[in-house]
Amino acid sequence: MSQKQYWSDLEDLNKLNNPTEAVAQDEFKEELPFELSTGLFNATTPRRDFLKFIGFSTLAATLVASCEMPVRKAIPYAIKPEDIVPGIPNYYASTFADGGDYCAIVIKTRDGRPIKIEGNELSSVTKGGTSARVQASVLNLYDKTRLRFPLANGAEETFAAIDGLVKEGIGSKPGYLVTSTIISPTSKEVIAQFLAKYPAIKHITYDAYSYSGMLLANEACYGKRTLPTYHFEKAQTIVSLGADFLGTWVSPIEFSKGYSKKRKITAKNPTISRHYQVEAMHTITGAAADHRATCKPSELGGVAVALYEAVANGKQSSGLSKNLNELVNKAAADLNQTRGAGLVVGSSNDVNIQTVINAINDKIGANGSTINWTTTSNCKQGIDKDMVDMVAAMEAGTVGSVFFHNTNPAYDYYDSKKFVAALAKVPVTVSFADRQDETAQKCKFVIPDHNFLESWGDAEPKPNYFSLQQPGIAPLFKTRAFQESLMIWTGSTQSYHDFWKDYWMKKSGSQENFDKALQDGIVEPAGDMPNGAAPFAGNVTDAIAKVQAKQPHKGIELVVYQKIGIGHGGVWSNNPWLQEMPDPITRTVWDNYLCVSPKFAASKEINSPLTGFSEVDTKKMVVSIKTANGVTMKLPIIVVPGMHNDVVAVAVGYGRDKKVGLAAASDEVKGEGGRNAYPFVVFNGLTMEHHSDVTEITPTKDEYHVAVIQTHNSYEARPVVHEYTLEEFKKDPEALLKERGVEIAEFATVPWEEGKQGKEEKMDSTKEEGYRENGTLYPNYPYEGIKWGMSIDLNSCTGCGACVVGCMAENNVSVVGKNHALIAHEMHWIRIDRYFSGMADEPDSIQTVFQPMLCQHCDNAPCENVCPVSATNHSSEGINQMAYNRCIGTKYCANNCPYKVRHFNWMDWNGADCFADNQYEDGRRDDLNDDLTRMVLNPDVTVRSRGVTEKCTFCVQRLQEAKLISKKEGHPLKDGAAKTACQQACPTDAIVFGNVKDKESNIFKLRRQEQVERTFYVLEHIHTLPNINYLSKIRNTEEINALEEKKNDFLKYHI
Amino acid sequence: MLFFGIVCSFAHPFLYNGKLIFKFITVSGSTRPLYRICCRGIFLLFSVLLLGNNSAFAGPNGEALFKSNCAACHNPVKDVTGPALKGLRATFPSKEWGYEWMKNPAAVLARGDKAPNDFKAKFGGTIVMTSFPQLSHEEIDAIFDYVDKYEPPVVKTEDKGAKGEETETNGWVYTVITLSLLVLAIILWRANQGLRRAANDKEGLQSEKEIPLYRSKLVIAIVAILIFIMAGYWLTNGAVNEGRQQNYQPIQPIFYSHKVHAGVNQINCLYCHAGAEKSRQAMIPSSNVCMNCHKQINTYTGDPLRTAEGKDVDANAQIQLLYQYAGWDPAKKDYKRDAEGNILATPIQWVKVHNLPDHVYFNHAQHVKIGQVQCQQCHGPIHDMDEVYQFSALSMGWCINCHRSTDVQFEANKYYNNVYKTYHEELKAGKRKGVTEAEMGGTECQKCHY
Repeated sequence: MSQKQYWSDLEDLNKLNNPTEAVAQDEFKEELPFELSTGLFNATTPRRDFLKFIGFSTLAATLVASCEMPVRKAIPYAIKPEDIVPGIPNYYASTFADGGDYCAIVIKTRDGRPIKIEGNELSSVTKGGTSARVQASVLNLYDKTRLRFPLANGAEETFAAIDGLVKEGIGSKPGYLVTSTIISPTSKEVIAQFLAKYPAIKHITYDAYSYSGMLLANEACYGKRTLPTYHFEKAQTIVSLGADFLGTWVSPIEFSKGYSKKRKITAKNPTISRHYQVEAMHTITGAAADHRATCKPSELGGVAVALYEAVANGKQSSGLSKNLNELVNKAAADLNQTRGAGLVVGSSNDVNIQTVINAINDKIGANGSTINWTTTSNCKQGIDKDMVDMVAAMEAGTVGSVFFHNTNPAYDYYDSKKFVAALAKVPVTVSFADRQDETAQKCKFVIPDHNFLESWGDAEPKPNYFSLQQPGIAPLFKTRAFQESLMIWTGSTQSYHDFWKDYWMKKSGSQENFDKALQDGIVEPAGDMPNGAAPFAGNVTDAIAKVQAKQPHKGIELVVYQKIGIGHGGVWSNNPWLQEMPDPITRTVWDNYLCVSPKFAASKEINSPLTGFSEVDTKKMVVSIKTANGVTMKLPIIVVPGMHNDVVAVAVGYGRDKKVGLAAASDEVKGEGGRNAYPFVVFNGLTMEHHSDVTEITPTKDEYHVAVIQTHNSYEARPVVHEYTLEEFKKDPEALLKERGVEIAEFATVPWEEGKQGKEEKMDSTKEEGYRENGTLYPNYPYEGIKWGMSIDLNSCTGCGACVVGCMAENNVSVVGKNHALIAHEMHWIRIDRYFSGMADEPDSIQTVFQPMLCQHCDNAPCENVCPVSATNHSSEGINQMAYNRCIGTKYCANNCPYKVRHFNWMDWNGADCFADNQYEDGRRDDLNDDLTRMVLNPDVTVRSRGVTEKCTFCVQRLQEAKLISKKEGHPLKDGAAKTACQQACPTDAIVFGNVKDKESNIFKLRRQEQVERTFYVLEHIHTLPNINYLSKIRNTEEINALEEKKNDFLKYHI
Repeated sequence: MLFFGIVCSFAHPFLYNGKLIFKFITVSGSTRPLYRICCRGIFLLFSVLLLGNNSAFAGPNGEALFKSNCAACHNPVKDVTGPALKGLRATFPSKEWGYEWMKNPAAVLARGDKAPNDFKAKFGGTIVMTSFPQLSHEEIDAIFDYVDKYEPPVVKTEDKGAKGEETETNGWVYTVITLSLLVLAIILWRANQGLRRAANDKEGLQSEKEIPLYRSKLVIAIVAILIFIMAGYWLTNGAVNEGRQQNYQPIQPIFYSHKVHAGVNQINCLYCHAGAEKSRQAMIPSSNVCMNCHKQINTYTGDPLRTAEGKDVDANAQIQLLYQYAGWDPAKKDYKRDAEGNILATPIQWVKVHNLPDHVYFNHAQHVKIGQVQCQQCHGPIHDMDEVYQFSALSMGWCINCHRSTDVQFEANKYYNNVYKTYHEELKAGKRKGVTEAEMGGTECQKCHY
């Protein structure tokens, strides 16, 4: 049996002086706010205190009682729009596109307000999946910092006046139109017309986090400056050289969908893909990998070459570290064995490394099977060199005008100081930013673009695969589509909407087709996606020579990475939902920091104190770091197992200007809100490299608080995850059943049925029933109607966090801000727990598991019977329900919950109670309480007030709605009619939900037929009878990296 | 019938109590400007109880069917869009002909039957009756039974005041009688004591020392206990009723009389409140819905209207007010429009009468469409209200009571086919007559609070 030891954090690993235990014992950290030393009746003046309390409560009661009932208005429409029925949501198919990040979406609007984004299942690109950022994007619509009118030299001006000035100013001098990747065909058409009118203006594409290396390598190898489509769903062997394709690389939603298809496993069909990951830091893709080894970013080229040699020439790799050699050799063998079903991807922005990777893919027959060169991908088009050339031209003073659309070089250009200085030399500068971001502040004119939820538009993520964009709401402010601005300057009299409509009417042929396209949101060719190869013509020898010519750096290296929530920065930095979404690996919120390995933190150079390792103590040591390109920065350190010992990493998207918004704004001096990591990026003469060499790293005496939330809840070392290797699972698929059988054997039969108990028998449904009945003194409730149940597949879950944000949007979950996250007050109804196994000081041995944890809706719930007022109790549908208005806030339930999923409202986060001036404010999260931002609240879900406990409701409002619709239509509830928000958000379909009483339902089939062997319940032996089951994790590897006691000793000296 | 009403009023002491308590509190809270204390007689309660009980009789409810299907075009006694229906059944050639006509009027007309074609000609020659294929024979009979029995409502305005006063007077009479009896008892007791003392004096016996009432321990104890109990009762009830607004009758921006529209003119509730069958909100109609009728109807010719305080209302001025809101120019008989052709309408800011706390989820469609609950069951005699007031308590106890006693459409709605096997079996075996909402989980917290 695989007895892998999991540890949720480093303290957990080192039981010495374990602060996690302190957390477990003192879950609610604060004392009650009474100044009574020894309780009411032992106090020195009990009578007076008693009278004080009586006086207070009488006063409070009187105050409440004298509240006058407000006069409420019911204001109907003056003229009701035909398609709006108040109270019934309308759904509009549309498109999310931020630069190259693309997702086909459905906008849910209530009474004309977009309140939720879902994936569009009709799209064959994203297939209904979403990401955390897509889920959170609806909040950006109601961002208080959005510009409400156009600006000229920082003051309000009319569109007409600005148009005049811009047209006058463009002149004949060379100009630049700088955009992020544009995948909209009509926008491209508009830009082409604009450029035709002003031939001196050049259009360049600049992506903050670019893929220029790949684009240029592909141009050299295949003659196409584009990215191919990667079919992870066809790949049996996947080798990723640093690419975080499940989190941030190119098109993660699409890849997650494909990847997870090959990770679904049943006892009947025990096959999954094999995934090798080589990376410098720890990403969620690395966590999902079967084999993982670390290398420095500068060694990545060497790894690629070694892999090429091993695949092409059968040369065993020997020049790398032991683990890397092993991994490369194994991967090469697998790639050769699964010819045509292998896939190698790499994150490097170095043209030569990408050329080598292309060569490997060509050798293993990926070209035309897992890599599609017929239907390519338009997602990333940015060319770094163009941008550098433009800055040089601006500096030379030859540029007459420059226009920025969805780009912000003053923040995310590697040498932003130079850029800003050069920008000052340009006479006409125009930004289309929706706020006064770092670049817009330096521009003469700001003509705010619509939010994407207010826009008409389209997207072509892949040639011939279109997706239409329609607004969910009329523009809130005086903004104008950027295409329209260009059209006006071109001299067109048509509006962009008319132009767009003409374009699509022509393309679709008839009104009927157009209407259908708009309703579906997508226009795609029928049948499977055309697939084909492109002839490979890359100069491998030259590339290998160039890669090998570059000597790896000897010392420490720094990686500049994107967080899955905040991404490249942009508007996302000011999204409180994303700021408070814990990073899947570090589990921190609201900041960026320097990730270091435990060994590095313990090294002489740093010699981090105990708190540096601790995830309980929030105080972190601040270090000063200096890189070869002369950038110095002070950053707090976070210890991350699985990091290469000589690598440190820092995320971009932080350190924003105050005008970007309250949530994004950072304090340069204190470092609150993080620091900008883009200056660490290095330009190598052709492309940007997202890593640099560290010349100096020294500890300082400063300390900084970072909110790490992993240890806020503790299972007190009870086992919660089950993991097997593929071999183990194939050999004995019923191992888990047996384990479960033993665990509950004592209660599976009644005590007097002797002889039946204690045997090592496997679990089955009758046993489960027996356990249900006999394991408790309570009577067994017969569930007659619907019984809701959920299943979460640990093999599919990548930890991406889309469910966390989806849940926040659906259920009005409060954002508490950093100050309260520091003291364990976060309110997420679903969290993704992270568990490590392996040796902390050996990064290659680290294996990571994610486990989404939410209310388990126990049929024998420990929380229910401790509630003194029965505010939480069980429904006849198996839901553990919570009546907020009955809750008096004793928190007994949260204390008694073994899964730690109940959250107490310590503050009035959202102005939900009737007392004035009671609302919590902390500076960075306060925009959420603005009347504009509150428009995002779901009107079907109560906004909780201070003093009540809350937790997952299984999205009961959606269940009720689904039942209501079925009743209205007069048919039994169909499987799939009710979906929870987390299930719908999940890009890997890890979550299955439905009525377990319905034998046709997916959840029933999964639990009782297809996945019997992998099903388990967390903490089943304590007889909570959860309604959520998990499916065990199966890793396609030979060994589970168990913990070796002696190897772990080193940490004990530091912790 | 009156006897039945009295029995009902005893069977519903909770409601009766609720009313009394409410009055007590409104007196103390009379500073609230919009709370107008409406003194309505008990007869109103009776009439509603009767109505509620009537609708509970088995068999199709002709009145409800008439209102939801026919009332948009027909009045029982008046010719409106369609002919008056009272007595019309007698003119049918046969019962079956009637069913056929109801289910497919166009076919009957096409066949050339004389009577309906005459009617068609009489009502403009273009309008054909809507077909009602979904109505069963019993339902059609029930509708005609209802219209044949229908009596136009008698104007009761004067009557109502008189009756109301009468009940109030009764109350006072009882109070006066009780008080005088109490005074009498005290006088007699004092007299008795005086006489005894006189007798004692006469016989030379020592009489008890006279303690004044206010110093008598017994009296003080009784009074203290009484005050304690009363205050507790008052406080508890006050707290429980905090935020409730039964009988709330605010002044609305337009004196819109439901009695005129839904009562006298028999307009179907759902014609204006179209959301009630579809959505959570029943929906207050936008002014263009009002204008569907009021483009033609610009004067009020019915009985004079009065506010709850008894002031006369100029109904025609109210229609003009509507025109202002709707952006209608009565002189030109057209909407006022801006340069882009949009109608210059302003929304009417009605005062919301029925308010639920934020943590309560109530869905009209669930009750009206699925539960087949009549509007009047919760909103009371809305067709008799000139100004709408909150008829029901809208308290949780009130909701739950109904959920406990009301049957769901268990067999009629196919939704329930696959669930609750036991109930299906019990129904088949005749062990139960229906399944109540509570038995379906209708009293659980998260049915209404989420």
